[in-house]
Amino acid sequence: MELVVFVLAAAMVLGGALGVITRSNPVHAALSLVLTLFGIAVMFVSHNAHFLAAVQVIVYAGAIVVLFLFVIMLLGVDKAEDINIEPITVQRPLAAVIGVGIMGIIIAAIVVADDVLVERGAGLASTTVDNPDGNIRQLARSIFSDNVFAFELTSVLLLVAVVGTILMARRVKSNGAGK
Amino acid sequence: MSSLIALDPLLDGGLLWTPLFIVLLKVLIVFVVGLVATMLMVWFERKVIAGMQNRVGPNKAGPWGLLQTLADGTKLFFKEDLLPERSDRLVFRLAPYLALVPAFLAFAIIPLGGDFRDGKGGLVTLFGHETRLQLADPPVGVLFALAISSIAVYGIMLAGWSSGSKYPLLGSVRASAQMVSYEAALGLSLGAVLLVSGTLSTAGIVNMQSTLGNWNFVATGFVPFFIFLIAATAELNRPPFDLVEAEQELVGGFNTEYSSIRFALFFLAEFMNTITMSALIVTLFFGGPQPISIGNTTLDIPLLPNALEGTVWLLLKVLVFLYIYVWFRATLPRFRYDQLMDLGWRILIPASLGWFMLLAAQRVGREAGWDQVVVTIVSALVLIIGYALLQAAHAVSRRNREKDGASF
Repeated sequence: MELVVFVLAAAMVLGGALGVITRSNPVHAALSLVLTLFGIAVMFVSHNAHFLAAVQVIVYAGAIVVLFLFVIMLLGVDKAEDINIEPITVQRPLAAVIGVGIMGIIIAAIVVADDVLVERGAGLASTTVDNPDGNIRQLARSIFSDNVFAFELTSVLLLVAVVGTILMARRVKSNGAGK
Repeated sequence: MSSLIALDPLLDGGLLWTPLFIVLLKVLIVFVVGLVATMLMVWFERKVIAGMQNRVGPNKAGPWGLLQTLADGTKLFFKEDLLPERSDRLVFRLAPYLALVPAFLAFAIIPLGGDFRDGKGGLVTLFGHETRLQLADPPVGVLFALAISSIAVYGIMLAGWSSGSKYPLLGSVRASAQMVSYEAALGLSLGAVLLVSGTLSTAGIVNMQSTLGNWNFVATGFVPFFIFLIAATAELNRPPFDLVEAEQELVGGFNTEYSSIRFALFFLAEFMNTITMSALIVTLFFGGPQPISIGNTTLDIPLLPNALEGTVWLLLKVLVFLYIYVWFRATLPRFRYDQLMDLGWRILIPASLGWFMLLAAQRVGREAGWDQVVVTIVSALVLIIGYALLQAAHAVSRRNREKDGASF
């Protein structure tokens, strides 16, 4: 059962990821990204991290990719591009090298850390019929007590990003049109 | 296995034939009920609006025109299925399903009945298995509904874009901006309900609302309900927030290029969403299948088992909200686009956030044993100062904009 779920989710993630880099139409690529994100959400569910799965769908699929689509549509770049044309000549070999490198690092990390890896879902409060919110309570305790400082700093970081974007995007005419 | 899919005691233990059969039966019932309810809702809306406008409404097909929707649907099936030349074929075909599937999925987490009295928690016994009268009770509960409603944006957005024409694109862009904006207010007012109930599961939320005073409508202090109702109306793209279809301005909105059965799917999704959202409002704020009870007296429907009685109560409560939606449509003029955005961002989001803080402060005060009156006064003062700061910021930014002649 778990193997079937894993294989299906992995197929979704990989298929979506391949779609993102091979589709020539940006909108299709963005939709492939949604497929990948859904696959990851399924993985989260099968690891007993239900809240993360819900947040994954709400935030990434529901807000961030929608934003991508907005930008694609509003900027009018939603035409199929010829991906054989190379604007920066070294980028493809470079990307291949970096990709293989990152993959190597991850595999090395897994092999080296084999003995410290814990069993799936270990230490997580499992959700049962009697205690449906156990998992979410545990997550909330962790975020709002042990890691509250990092959490608040992250929210400040996001706020700074928003304010900065508005500041940079705002066009101010010094001899205003209103005069 | 059980925690993977749902928190139903039915699914505890291995994969057996009877539970599988019960789940399949539930799927079938939810699907059929959804379709039939949608059909009746279209008829209901047309009939009620006709009544409000002194017309007769549909009256030819079947008794009282009940089969009018069926006739329209059949007609749409046989119409020519056009695919615009400049459309993106794949996405154009995909979009109606992206609108329809979330509409049905969200219905799965609504408790459709069950006996919530005397601490039974909505469990009923079917074929010797304890279960809930709802298709799924996922551990993330109502967050599932939020996730689904954020997916529903794709259907509309992609439909407009893939049509390859400018009016549908305009319609879909403003629709998705509207839906994304109001989702924030929707989520924040939902937060108030979760704070009071202390659980995410829909069955758990219903279980907490045993008497009239415990209904979240009262327990959260009325404001979150009104914010939720307004935000839900905007999320559904129903009047007075139907800028998506503003037929006088946009020809027909995102679905201009759609015809035949694909158009019917959008139509179905829209009405299905209205029903689902009404059921969600009832579940969150009005006790779902709980009977009306004040103190120890419960309004009981005689001769009916308690579990079925829950279904009757749910149906009655949902009908009230469906009527309210039709009523909105018949009486309220459409919002202008800037008014819509102002209402969402400047009023609903700060108001729901402020109310959420107020409820949280009260709860903290109660647990710490502080004086409730002092807590209320202090938090009200903080909210008033916050509101004043917000207004001051608006005034300053408006003055700056006018002085600079900035482009927005």
